[in-house]
Amino acid sequence: MTVDSFKFLPRLIATFYQMTEVQPQLPIPWTPLQRPLSECVFGLVTSGGLYHKGVEPPFDLEREKTEPAWGDPTFRVISKNISQDELGASHLHINTQDVLEDINILLPIHRFQELADEGVIGGLVNQNYSFMGFQGYPPDATEWREITGPQVAERFKAEGVECVLLTPA
Amino acid sequence: MPVLARTLEGAGLSTALVTNMPFWAEKVGVPRTLAVEFPFGHLLGAPHNAEQQMRVIREALKVLESAQKPGEIHHSVEVWHEPLEEAQKSWQPPEPSPIIAVMGPKLRELLRERRKRKE
Repeated sequence: MTVDSFKFLPRLIATFYQMTEVQPQLPIPWTPLQRPLSECVFGLVTSGGLYHKGVEPPFDLEREKTEPAWGDPTFRVISKNISQDELGASHLHINTQDVLEDINILLPIHRFQELADEGVIGGLVNQNYSFMGFQGYPPDATEWREITGPQVAERFKAEGVECVLLTPA
Repeated sequence: MPVLARTLEGAGLSTALVTNMPFWAEKVGVPRTLAVEFPFGHLLGAPHNAEQQMRVIREALKVLESAQKPGEIHHSVEVWHEPLEEAQKSWQPPEPSPIIAVMGPKLRELLRERRKRKE
């Protein structure tokens, strides 16, 4: 089976994507797995616009509404112990109803704790991260690449994380 | 998101990306990718379907474990449960995003031109 990248897109939005130019950047970075998964601590990252209600603010959607070609490049911390009703989602490009019912469809904190209990992975770090996927049009991921991405990498490494699962929205 | 996968990998972490747009992962150059044919906002499965979520995650872990070189893309055989027409609608935001609202007329014009060229 080959996954069709445009299956769920209305033709209008598919055209929008096909118009977006991207230059492939070579070489592709590569960090070989250092040990078996059962000994690796994992971190999780999504771009679903998730945030911890009452602890951190939502992503800046008000600015995006007034500047449609801009997207918030910051990140939010999501603890592996967050309860479903403490979860907020700020994202103008998807329907967030389902993730507000079950965080695991984008940030699988419960599935990874089960995998740790089974011994399949070494563990799940306490602090996981959410970004908000829309980075402007034309897309400009400079801040992700140069500032906020490296910050998350350093935080993960300081906590002993070696492996990361990334789930876009 | 491919940019974040590259950034974390470049900083010394081993990463796997789950995406429904392998087109994009290939274009940008992602270290390890699991492609799933699921609608946006639901890349690991349906809410409260822990079994399905776990199947996708185990596939992603397998990619992480077995990929031999950067740029590998594995395609999952998982199938989305909703009829296509429904699935195309249900992931979308209640209102068009600001950028689509602004660019909509321009894109429609472009589609019209393409159709004309085909005729």
